[in-house]
Amino acid sequence: MTLTLEAPAEATPLVEVHGLRHVYGAGKSGPGLVVLDDVNVSLRDHEIVGLLGRSGSGKSTLLRSIAGLITPSEGEVRINNPSGDAGQSAVAMVFQSFALFPWLTVEKNVELGLEAKGLAPEVRRKRTLAAIDLIGLDGFENAYPKELSGGMRQRVGLARALVVEPAVLLMDEPFSALDVLTAETLRTDLVDLWTEGRMPIRSILMVTHNIEEAVLMCDRVLVFSSNPGRVVAEVEVDLPRPRHRLDPSFRALVDDLYGRMTTQPKPTSAQQGARTGTPGLGVALAVLDTDTLASMIERLVTPPNDGEADLADLAAHLQMEADELLPIAETLQLMRFADMAGRTLRLTPAGRRYEAADVDRRKQIFAQHLLAYVPLARHIRSVLDESPSHQAPASRFREELEESMSPAYAEETIEAIVTWGRYAEIFAYHEDDDRFSLDDPA
Amino acid sequence: MVFLSSDRLNAGLLARFARRRLAPNRYDLIAMALIGAIAVLLVHGARQMNLPVAALHQTPVTLDLARLPEYALRSTLRMFAAILGSLLFTFVVATLAARSRKAELLIIPMLDIGQSIPVLSFIAFTLTFFVNLFPRSELGVELAAIFMVFTAQAWNMAFSFYQSLRTLPSDLEEVCRQFGLSPWQRFFKLELPFATPALIWNTMMSMSGGWFFVVASEAFTVGQTNYMLPGIGSWLAVAIQREDLAAVGWAVAAMAVIIIVYDQLLFRPIVAWADKFRFEMTASEIEPQSWFLDLLNRTRLAKRLLTPLSGWLGRLIPTRPRVVRSSRPLNPAAALWIDRVWALAVTAAVVWAVVTIGLFLIRHIVVRDVLEAFQDGILTLLRVAVLIVIASLIWVPIGVWIGLRPQWAQRVQALAQFLAAFPANVVFPFAIMAIVALRLDPDIWLSPLIILGTQWYILFNVVAGASAIPTDLREAAGIFRVRSWQRWRDLILPGIMPFYVTGALTASGGSWNASVVAEFVSWGSTTLKARGLGAYIAQATAAGDIPRVALGATVMSLFVIVLNRSLWRPLYNYAEDRFRLT
Repeated sequence: MTLTLEAPAEATPLVEVHGLRHVYGAGKSGPGLVVLDDVNVSLRDHEIVGLLGRSGSGKSTLLRSIAGLITPSEGEVRINNPSGDAGQSAVAMVFQSFALFPWLTVEKNVELGLEAKGLAPEVRRKRTLAAIDLIGLDGFENAYPKELSGGMRQRVGLARALVVEPAVLLMDEPFSALDVLTAETLRTDLVDLWTEGRMPIRSILMVTHNIEEAVLMCDRVLVFSSNPGRVVAEVEVDLPRPRHRLDPSFRALVDDLYGRMTTQPKPTSAQQGARTGTPGLGVALAVLDTDTLASMIERLVTPPNDGEADLADLAAHLQMEADELLPIAETLQLMRFADMAGRTLRLTPAGRRYEAADVDRRKQIFAQHLLAYVPLARHIRSVLDESPSHQAPASRFREELEESMSPAYAEETIEAIVTWGRYAEIFAYHEDDDRFSLDDPA
Repeated sequence: MVFLSSDRLNAGLLARFARRRLAPNRYDLIAMALIGAIAVLLVHGARQMNLPVAALHQTPVTLDLARLPEYALRSTLRMFAAILGSLLFTFVVATLAARSRKAELLIIPMLDIGQSIPVLSFIAFTLTFFVNLFPRSELGVELAAIFMVFTAQAWNMAFSFYQSLRTLPSDLEEVCRQFGLSPWQRFFKLELPFATPALIWNTMMSMSGGWFFVVASEAFTVGQTNYMLPGIGSWLAVAIQREDLAAVGWAVAAMAVIIIVYDQLLFRPIVAWADKFRFEMTASEIEPQSWFLDLLNRTRLAKRLLTPLSGWLGRLIPTRPRVVRSSRPLNPAAALWIDRVWALAVTAAVVWAVVTIGLFLIRHIVVRDVLEAFQDGILTLLRVAVLIVIASLIWVPIGVWIGLRPQWAQRVQALAQFLAAFPANVVFPFAIMAIVALRLDPDIWLSPLIILGTQWYILFNVVAGASAIPTDLREAAGIFRVRSWQRWRDLILPGIMPFYVTGALTASGGSWNASVVAEFVSWGSTTLKARGLGAYIAQATAAGDIPRVALGATVMSLFVIVLNRSLWRPLYNYAEDRFRLT
């Protein structure tokens, strides 16, 4: 990777990313996990661009590559910073977890970046107080982060980034750790500061998995696919500000983005499975409670839904974000309890049977479907059936999974299969010694 | 003395850390060989020099009450010198281990073995070495005593700092990199503050274990030479020699005053101050309080003095020159060469170590000696094991009873910590007198002295564990009328388990050390001996029989290391895994 600082030129994008590709864990153990593949992005002057995608789509990796925190395996990141002033930075970042130093006061936290630049104490103090004032934190200068609410903490994070006057402000899911109301206030405040031109920045690049947030704040949204992360769509948001969530054109855009996020090419399970002995074993499973799955099935037959529902409507109703809702929908589809067609989730006849059944019958249906449609469940069961002692160490399956996915995904997949297998009573798992067994008392 | 942090914040990290290296690897062996060789070399140096150093000028220690405050002060200063040394050692060595993978591979096993070695058994070496360095002044003896205390303290501090450096919160690390903080800024803004709570806790625990060694190392006889450093320990030694019970009483009183003063003026203020460095976004439930810190905070003068000082210090920290990152990895060929040179250097060091040890053993030790040392080791092991069991049977029920009553717990906790810090060797004379007067069998009745000072670790850990049992679990047990044995089996024992194991393992490590001074004692002209490895070492030291001291020390280290690896650490991991309620 090369990082170049260049003089401004007319119509030169502020940030240019060319052919970015990033692989985690490449080396001895295997080819590694490709998190970003052939990503080309440019950020123009004076715009807010959103990177929208599911978890595992490499959005954060892209953001960190631009921030210089990660050196990508291939490709180029170019930041064309027009003013190379010593008191200013090319980029500054706002973190999802706020990343405040608990032992420093608000003022000292904000001052951090200026101190690193070696500015004189008087200059630092003046700029720090100005940033604190801008972001609405005056009065809190001497507070420690632990005394602040989540919203106030993220304001400190924002002030800390703004005080170094970055050309590009990078934000990594800045509002996702906040409650709904606080997040909304912060979004509005930030957009207001932006439209009034009061922030010492030129453009904003933000990562989000919240579709409405993207439509509310951004001028342009880039939709990412997962595994590996690629840009699959680019959507201009040309709604006038201030934007309103209930505005029909706003809704239309949200619906459109929902569609783009659901219809993205799925990870090709057949191809991934081909590398392992058992076909289909390469599908990573999401850790979902069986009660969550059951209540989603029930929700689909609750009026006004008649066995089917629009995903965006469901999300709005359940106050869920796309990132939470989509794994549920996909798991139901995987187990053939529902079908996903575009933005519509529709219950299958099996799904309806499940919904109508009592507790024991539900378990039976779930067990049938688990064994029939989830290759990993079938695989574990057959290994246990064939083994004379009817038991097998979980590490064995974990290793098999790791041939086609990262250890973290393998761990989650095992966790999911344990939960479902226990509910369906098709096998037992013993945490003490990390092994599966057939739960046969005899 | 073995000490695993009982800091609850850090315990999880420690467990993960401990689990990773359960089985000894080749680096353990390398570290062991190197340490052994260095010890042999020290002895060799000592033999070159012609003992005794008769010309050593020493101020005689008198039992003049007017001089006791001065003695107390000098003992305290020795303690502070050792703790400063330990802190310096911690910053350098732990940082090195955290920054360099190669250094880490050697340093960490060395720290681990260092903390398993019963340092008292090595006093003959350190004394002769330092006296040799400064043959004509008291400085050598002084340094030897300080070094003894240092070797009892430094390891767990370095461990704790290393662990903190390895577990820095990744988002804060990213902030530092993103804003381009210089390594020094990073150290003062992130690394040091993050490590502070655990480091302070470990420093305090080290100090509290250290008084024992201060007392023990001030008066020692190696062969013909009697070393006396003015301090509480030598006051005590003189009192024992003269069978002066009143003087022993004064030593006890002076020690108590020192410990209370240090607790009030140092420990508590620092802990209260360090509360702000806890890496938690919530305020702690019970904020540590210190009247002395409040007082300091209220004085205007102290602030006037401190504020400019910190500003001045702040300016000293260099900022990073504004350069674009260029941490290109070394080219593979060069990296390979560096690896090879490193491996060669380590191999050479090990060969040297093995040869040195081998020559020494062949020259001085016969098989019968080794057998005797091992037999004595088994006797001491038996003693330690039986006493840990007895102490547990006594203190676990009492600790649980207290821990479940919050109004008692806090007061008893302070008392137990005081007793754990109190050097048990100061009260040994009372017990010895009783044994002499009642003509008791020293093989049995000297044994309790081994655990006299260390049993309190069991008590205060159990109290902490019992008070940490969640109220809802206790209420649930109450509602379902879970009583007697079932209540112990399902609620109390699991609840206190991780705490108890920490306490018992600390007590056991301390007891091995104590055996060196407890199995071989005297009162006036009477000498009592309980057969065991501690007595073996103490006797060899008194006789100036360096090879046998070395043998005894090595065997004791082996016992402790094997015990730690095969019993305490697996037990600790198991307790952390299964019973830690968080």
